[in-house]
Amino acid sequence: MAASVADQRVIEFDVRTDEMLINMGPQHPSTHGVLRLVLRTDGEVVSEVEPHLGYLHRCAEKIGENLTPRQWVPYTDRMDYLAGMNMNLGWALCVEKLLEHKLSDKAKHLRVIIAEMGRIASHLVGMGAYGLDLGTFSPFLYAFREREKILDLFEEACGARLTYSYLTPGGATADLPEGWLDKCSAFLDQFEPVIQEYHALLTTNSIFIKRTANIGIMNAEMVTDYGCTGPVLRGSGVDHDLRRDGEEIYTEMYDDYAFEVVVQKDGHYPRDHKYPPVPKEAVLGDCWHRFYVRMLEVVQAIDLVRQAIERYRSADGDWGIPIKLTQKLPKGEVYLETEAPRGQMGFYLVSDGNSIPRRVRARSSCFCNLSVTSDVCRGALLADVPAIVGSLDVVMGEIDR
Amino acid sequence: MSEHNLYETLQAKFGDQIAGANLEALDEWIEVTAAGLVDVCHFLKHDPDWQFNLLNCITVVDYFEPDPKKAAKAGWEPHLEVVYHLSSTEQKNADGSCFNVVLKVMTPRWKDDQEGQLPEVPSVASVWRTADWHERETYDLSGVMFTDHPDLRRILCPEDWEGHPLRKDYEMPLEYHGIRGR
Repeated sequence: MAASVADQRVIEFDVRTDEMLINMGPQHPSTHGVLRLVLRTDGEVVSEVEPHLGYLHRCAEKIGENLTPRQWVPYTDRMDYLAGMNMNLGWALCVEKLLEHKLSDKAKHLRVIIAEMGRIASHLVGMGAYGLDLGTFSPFLYAFREREKILDLFEEACGARLTYSYLTPGGATADLPEGWLDKCSAFLDQFEPVIQEYHALLTTNSIFIKRTANIGIMNAEMVTDYGCTGPVLRGSGVDHDLRRDGEEIYTEMYDDYAFEVVVQKDGHYPRDHKYPPVPKEAVLGDCWHRFYVRMLEVVQAIDLVRQAIERYRSADGDWGIPIKLTQKLPKGEVYLETEAPRGQMGFYLVSDGNSIPRRVRARSSCFCNLSVTSDVCRGALLADVPAIVGSLDVVMGEIDR
Repeated sequence: MSEHNLYETLQAKFGDQIAGANLEALDEWIEVTAAGLVDVCHFLKHDPDWQFNLLNCITVVDYFEPDPKKAAKAGWEPHLEVVYHLSSTEQKNADGSCFNVVLKVMTPRWKDDQEGQLPEVPSVASVWRTADWHERETYDLSGVMFTDHPDLRRILCPEDWEGHPLRKDYEMPLEYHGIRGR
């Protein structure tokens, strides 16, 4: 478009930034799985993000209507595949709630050990992959170096490194092998000082702080309205953790454990652990706080595993013999949520009185966590989109089921 | 939190919109009519005594038995149950657990008994924004139309998929874009 100027040899053009529609396609190194984000941007500023899901939909719920609960356990592994143990635990507890099955103390302590080790392993991936999204490669390798040791421990316990199917309705498929607890304690003793390396690489790194502090701020009202749970909820200051606030059948696993919910209260995080201070740029509810909550949960999980190992050694009972493969379920329905590393994972089981349920539903924590993206990314810069999606720590297997 | 207390409060406030309850079940539930759903949900979320600010899950259970002999022994008429699980991050019971409640809306499997016409339930997306995606998933997989939904379209299945897979009488299509279905 030429504006009129005195000298007709000079033509003035108005450079407009047209709106662009950018596809962050299902195959992308930063989208944590097969997630398609269609971004509408005005130059560098994102005006709308629309997530497209379903690329990993494997009809787990329909399959659940044709299998008995114990047969469905492997499908739960493959939902949040980075925290398979916690998914198994959620389903096992749900079925036990319907059967009103009581576990021995030893089985409960075993579950605490396994679930919290799973939490450490999952947060290591979350932390390492977040660094990868933002462009640094070393934290990813450091995190996976430690995660390999946890996976080796799990392989000794149940034979698998990723899709465990270890915790089943009734207990676990087998007891922990001889010497496992000593190896686990040795791992924790070696791992605790290494966390300082992660703080130096990421948490206190000025570039990391520039990329994550004051980005993607979500206030408490917004996170609960969008159904976000887990570190996303606690990173915005909402004091809610199912290990303390959940249903009896789940919280009794954590009875008498020294446990504090990792959430900022009166400007401070729980003071039991050594931690780097919150930088002045970070605002409650931003990406940095969500990351920080995960780091602190790792430290707390180490503490919980140590307590659980001692109690397991001195507890009575068996490790939890699984229920029969074709156990007849009583007529009724139950819903149970557990605190998985990425949020509250819920399982809903409706039974007609046969051994095969009528309906099985998995309520995915990441599904709700991802739904905030369109609201939070509005007005953010293009480079902030992977920072925000990474801080939500989503796993597509759980979202699509 | 006493489920009985909640049921009585809701009955007193909403009258016939509360269609029933089962307070003896393992997870007690309260049945609400489709017409009264949004008002009841709004009350449950905003009332200072209850504060159910977290919508955990929306599920649809298809009560339909394709085998006529088993259907005769089932004890219920074919219908869909839309189940809402709510909880509170603010209110806690005496034992430390947070408030939890289950609401159900019963709908026929097809609107006006016309096969293919989806039953309608009002959307609660105006109460909890998370309902947006949950209702999209329910529409996609179980075929329930949510009226007043901001953007009701498929979320897990592709946009051009036909049918609602989680229904008990669903049959996989013969082919989809050249891929054989069955």
